[in-house]
Parts: sequence; structure tokens; C-alpha cells
Amino acid sequence: MTEYLAVLIFIFAGVGIVLVTFLISRLLRPDHDYPEKSLNYECAEEPVGTSWVRFNNRFYIFALIFVVFDVEAVFLFPWAVAFGQLGLYALVEMVLFIAILMFGLFYAWKKGVLKWA
Amino acid sequence: MIDEAVASIDLNLIAPELTLLITACVILLFSFARSMQRGASAVGFAGLVVALVLSANQWGHQASGFFGMVTCDNYGAMFKIIFCVASLLALLLAVRYFSQRGLNRPEFYALLLISTLGMMVMANTSDLVVMFLGLEIMSVPLYVMAGYVRRSLESNEAGIKYFLMGAFASGFLLMGIAFVFGASGTTDLRRLVTDFNFIVSNFDLFLSLGGALVLIGFAFKVAAVPFHAWVPDVYQGAPTPVTAFFSVGPKAAGFAVLFRIFTFGFGDLEVLTNLFWILAVLTMTVGNVLALRQDNIKRMLAYSSIAHAGYVLVALAVGTQGAVSAAIFYLVAYMMFNTGAFAVLTMLETRAGSKSNFSELAGLAKANPYLSAVLALFMFALSGFPPTVGFFGKFYLFASAVNNGFIWLAIIGVMNSFLSVYYYLRVVKVSYFDSPEGAWTPVPFSTAIIVVLFVTAIGTLGLGFFPGELLKLSQTSLIAFL
Repeated sequence: MTEYLAVLIFIFAGVGIVLVTFLISRLLRPDHDYPEKSLNYECAEEPVGTSWVRFNNRFYIFALIFVVFDVEAVFLFPWAVAFGQLGLYALVEMVLFIAILMFGLFYAWKKGVLKWA
Repeated sequence: MIDEAVASIDLNLIAPELTLLITACVILLFSFARSMQRGASAVGFAGLVVALVLSANQWGHQASGFFGMVTCDNYGAMFKIIFCVASLLALLLAVRYFSQRGLNRPEFYALLLISTLGMMVMANTSDLVVMFLGLEIMSVPLYVMAGYVRRSLESNEAGIKYFLMGAFASGFLLMGIAFVFGASGTTDLRRLVTDFNFIVSNFDLFLSLGGALVLIGFAFKVAAVPFHAWVPDVYQGAPTPVTAFFSVGPKAAGFAVLFRIFTFGFGDLEVLTNLFWILAVLTMTVGNVLALRQDNIKRMLAYSSIAHAGYVLVALAVGTQGAVSAAIFYLVAYMMFNTGAFAVLTMLETRAGSKSNFSELAGLAKANPYLSAVLALFMFALSGFPPTVGFFGKFYLFASAVNNGFIWLAIIGVMNSFLSVYYYLRVVKVSYFDSPEGAWTPVPFSTAIIVVLFVTAIGTLGLGFFPGELLKLSQTSLIAFL
């Protein structure tokens, strides 16, 4: 259980720091409320239309392909850490894994998914 | 570490799976060139045949590899053969169905093969985590296959519904695996069995809870009541060859895993036996009663597939080796006559505008006597008349229940089969005695579907005349289980 004590302290410290900073800024900041403050944030530009719009479903496919390689990175990190002990076996494993993912990307590319038009 | 790792790699253990994976990738390559697209189904067929042979080769070998994550035994080989045959039959149906609709694209066959690969992974392991992996490999292509006809609203609905329900069920399953791991410290069923007494005396509650959650996860896949709500809409909306595959392949895969976990991993937990009893009775009864009043044959067969899952669940409640071998027999039998029934539907749906309603069958016997004869054969088999294999499947299942003291379960099962006779024979009645409303639209001839009809009809009748061989085979598949 004692190992978890450190985690507990960490949680309290983490939450505490955030609360304290909020409190300090509350005390220090000027308090003017004007309508622009409650607008949607669109990179500091004037927002165009509402935020409830239909998105092009191409975003979805892009995101899907992105996620695949995102997850790949998750696997690559522990692999890289343990690589010293695993050696050639792990290398072959990972090459196979990436090859299958690359094949998927190649398929999507050939099917024209990466073209916007 | 390296030696240990390399030593546990035995590619023979996953040869059928590898074959399917490589074939699926090759098929995807085919999709780049328009001229090659027609070859995809042939390549898929060849890949499945090779996988079938390799699976049959694993019969009689007992080995474990990949750090104990992959276990080969007769049981796994038996189910792999079932998956390959189911997949082959569905592929033959799909070729004609999709090429007629301009949808015969290589991707479908790649999805079919990858889904079959997932089922094989499920049957080929005794580790809960790998079973989950296999389940996901199987399910994700199935969601796409259900919604494969992009321009059809029903098909889209089927895909979305199946996806949402399936993802939900996966959550239960994972939670259950986590509980089992928390209670026992392992996800490997073999370790669970060896440490079983210790585990039960210490963590009974959490292990049972984990077992129940795992059960819910797989009960969704085999469509047991009360986890069946997705079945009718998905089965009706999905393209007919895909429905034929749904009702056989994933169901057999779900049961393969259920038997491994609950009959041999968990042993005789009193709570679970009672659960299965209730589940079996509910599934049979609800499936049969709701099937009575359907006007669409696909929907009727969807409810009938729920009812048949109920019959197989009897074996889980009984939980002896004899009951499991009877269940394997039943799954093979069901694959034959159910795929056959869907093959007839696929053939009828090659006519324009067909929605597989009962009324479309009127006049079939006059126009196509052979087609209506095999349809009648499959309906008799589904309702369990001798000398078809349907009779022996039910006989072995209920006999095993009676022999082990589950007399009421057997009685309810037999009463349910009587009930099912009504809606199965309604198909026969409409096709033989009703006259069509307008002119009869002729059914186009299709070699691939005829082949499927031939194979399934021979299977239904042949196994009915010689059930002993298959029963012996399913009994030997349980030797040295786990």
C-alpha cells in the first residue's frame, strides 16, 4: 500500500496547485464582463455561423488513419524501451506489424482517401 | 529471453490464420486494378480451401505456443473447419448476389476472410484476452458487411445497429475479463482450472461476477435472450448471403468460446448452471414465439436462429462432455440446413424487387419444383423431422439433458420444437398450396447457388442417414480439451 501513498500525495498536490492558482487569479484579476468573452473561440477571429454544423465526413476518415498510426506509436514506445533485451525477434515482429499498417495506408492512398477534392 | 520467445513461435499453430491474412491482403491488392476485380472471389475461395485443409491437418495435434497464447487441439480444429465451410458457402452465395447488384467488389471477400480469421483466433486459444482479440477481429468486418449495401437504408441501419450493440457488448466482456483476472490473477483458462479450488474458496463472488459479465458479452454474439434485440433488424437489413453467414459463423464462434470458458474453465459453479438454464429456456421460447407472426422470411429465420441458439444453450446448462459433443453436432447440422434455407432465399432474391416476404413464395412449387423441394427439405430439417440431420441434432442434445437429470429442460425444448413446426411448415404450405397474386416471375439460374444448395441438401440428408460418423468426430474433438 505504501507505494500508493506517493500517488495519493501526488493527486492532492496536483489538485491543490490548480485550486490555489485559480484562487490567486480570482483575487488579482480585474472583473469586466463583455459579450465577446463568451463567444466561441475560433483562433481569435470573429466566429462565422454557429458551432453546430455538419462536418465533412472526410475528416472522419483522416482521423481514422491518424488514429491507426497514433496507436502504432503507443506500441512503439515500450518496444523501443525493451528492445535491448529482445533483439532480432522483436525487430522482425515490429517490422511485420508496421508492414501491415503500411499496407492499410497504401490501400487508403490508392483508393484516393488522402485527396480532398 | 530470446530463446524462450523464439522457441514458443510455431507457425504451424497459426497456419490457417496466416493463410487467410495473406489471402485477404492479396485480395485488397486486387481492388486497385479494375480488370482484376473479378478474380477476387476466386482467390478468396482458394484461400479458404487452403485454410480448410490446414485446419484439418491440425486435427490430432496438441500443442501450445506463443507464450501459451495459442493452443491447438482437436476442438479448435473442429471449429476452424466449421468456420471455413460456413465462409465458403457464404462466399459462393455472395458472388452471384453482389455481381447482380453491381456490388461485387474485392473488399467484401477480404472482409469475409478477415472475419473468418477472427473466429479462428477465438477457437484457437485458452486465454481470455486472445479470445477478446479474436472477437474484435471477427466483429469489425461483420459490422461493415452488414452495412455493405451502401445505398440501402435497411442495410445501413443493420450496420449501425450491429456496431453499436456489438461495441456495447464488448464493454461487458472486457469488464468481465478484468474481474476474472482480479479474482484469479490469470486470464489463462488452464491456470484457472488448476488453481480453481483455491480461487473458489477465496474469491467466489468476484469470479462469478466476472464469469457472468463474460457470459453477457458472448451472449450478445450468439443472440441469446435477453440480449437478442439487435438480431431481427440486423438479419433482415443485411444482404442475404451475409445474413446466412451471420447466423452460422459468428454463432458457432461464440459457442466455441462459451464452451471452452464455462464448461471447462469454470467447471460446475451452481450459479452459472442456473443462469444457463434460464437463458436456454428464455432463448428458445422467445425466439419461437416471436417467429410465429412474421411476414418476412428473413425476419422469421432471424427469430428461428435465436431459438436454435436456445437449443445449443441447453448443452451449456448440462455442461458435460457428452452435451458439448451434441452441441458441436448441432452446430454442424444447423450450418447445413440454415445456410441451405438462406441459399434458396438468395436465389429467389435474384428476381427484381424481391424482399423475401412469405407471399412471394406462392406458386414456387409449380414453377420450380426442385427449388421448392429443397426448400421444404430445409424447413423440415429446421423443425427437426427425421430422417434429416435436424432430428438427430435435437435428439442428441435433449438426450444428453435427460441423461443428466435436466428433464424439464428437455421437455421445454421438445415443446418448443413442436411450436416451431408451425412457422417452418408455413413456408412449405405457401410455396405448395398458395397461388401467386400476379404472374410468376421466373427465378434465374445460378451455378454458384446451385452448388451451395447441392452441398447443403446432401449434408442435411446424408448426415441424417449416417449421423454416427459426425457424432464420433465431435466426440473425438473433445479429447484432451484445454
